[in-house]
Amino acid sequence: MSAVLEAHGLGKRYGRTWALSECTVSIPSGHVVGLVGPNGAGKSTLLNLAVGLLKPSAGGLEVLGGRPTDEEGQLGRVGFVAQDTPTYTALSVADHLQMGARTNPNWDRQVADARIAQLGLDPAQKSGKLSGGQRAQLALTMAVAKRPELLLLDEPVASLDPLARREFLQVLMQTVAEDEVSVVLSSHLMADLERVCDYLVVLVASRVQLAGPVDELLASHRRLIGPRRDPATMPGNQTVIESSHTDRQSTFMVQTEDPVLDPSWTVEDVGLEDLVLAYMGQAAAIARQSRPMIGLVK
Amino acid sequence: MIEFHLDTHSGVAPYLQIVQQVRRALRLGLLHEGDQLPTVKDVVALVAINPNTVLKAYRELEHDGLVSARPGVGTFVTKTLSDPSLAAHGPLRQDLQRWLTKARMAGLDDESIEALFRDCFRAALERGIA
Repeated sequence: MSAVLEAHGLGKRYGRTWALSECTVSIPSGHVVGLVGPNGAGKSTLLNLAVGLLKPSAGGLEVLGGRPTDEEGQLGRVGFVAQDTPTYTALSVADHLQMGARTNPNWDRQVADARIAQLGLDPAQKSGKLSGGQRAQLALTMAVAKRPELLLLDEPVASLDPLARREFLQVLMQTVAEDEVSVVLSSHLMADLERVCDYLVVLVASRVQLAGPVDELLASHRRLIGPRRDPATMPGNQTVIESSHTDRQSTFMVQTEDPVLDPSWTVEDVGLEDLVLAYMGQAAAIARQSRPMIGLVK
Repeated sequence: MIEFHLDTHSGVAPYLQIVQQVRRALRLGLLHEGDQLPTVKDVVALVAINPNTVLKAYRELEHDGLVSARPGVGTFVTKTLSDPSLAAHGPLRQDLQRWLTKARMAGLDDESIEALFRDCFRAALERGIA
């Protein structure tokens, strides 16, 4: 399977601060990919680098097999909806569509008009007067009507109410079904991601902690609850991701490809949100351990 | 035509929820042979889920021989699940209700009744296997 986005040792520095450092990730095509991670993990930086709005300070990045640039050819292949879905407040909906048509060689006027009509937007309305949900839909329409091969969305629904969010995702999924476009979507809203994503990338402090098809990730993780036990005594085919103990009981989240046969465990399936939290917690624990080291280097 | 809904807190995989909803509709006689399932586009536009999830559910139903996909037309029901044993349900239900009354009179609470039933059920299964 070819990659829509491939980064090797990618970094972006602002002054002395690295917003993203040594990020290596490969995102396959034909998926709706959820990009999750704590604030400051570098998700937005990665997406902005991918669309060519930022230039890398280190490492390499390929998007759809090419370098992200401001050249027309490459720009036309990637649709982008930035955080908080910015639009030009003084311009009308129709102005936006006209601008899209002028600046994009593959602009699909039919798709754009049909979507605006379906959404019930008034073409004469200034975008500054639109609701948050309508503005997000306009931004999505602009990104979709250029017929991209890859759609990058940076927390597009974060500021929307539940109804507007659902409507946004409905339109997004419709687009995926019709156009077979690959999507990378960053979000904190796990319930949304669980609906729309079939591939997950967990990014913590520029590092990929977990990546894979959602079905496979869920099938290969289990929660084990049973009498207290030292994690070091767990069988070799079970990788402990998270563990907590009381004086009598142990609870583990393990990654394993094999069925758990030990009868002393109560075995439970793991939800996507718990899975993501466990990997984020693991990364945070490692960061805590290594912090004194950083102090020594200074 | 039926409509799907998704419960993201149920812990059941989304594709499996669709499979279960189709099977339930078949069992209850809401879907008959020849009926068309909603198209993938319709489902994703309504439920806001990944198209691959719907495709996976439909593939599984097809694998079970319940539906068949006609390319470019849609997915159609090919088999019904309404059960010929349905007629036996009434008397069995009466027996069970009588048994439940007896269990209550003997002082069993809900949890004990459930545990007892599950235990018997499992024991019967094991006898069946052995």
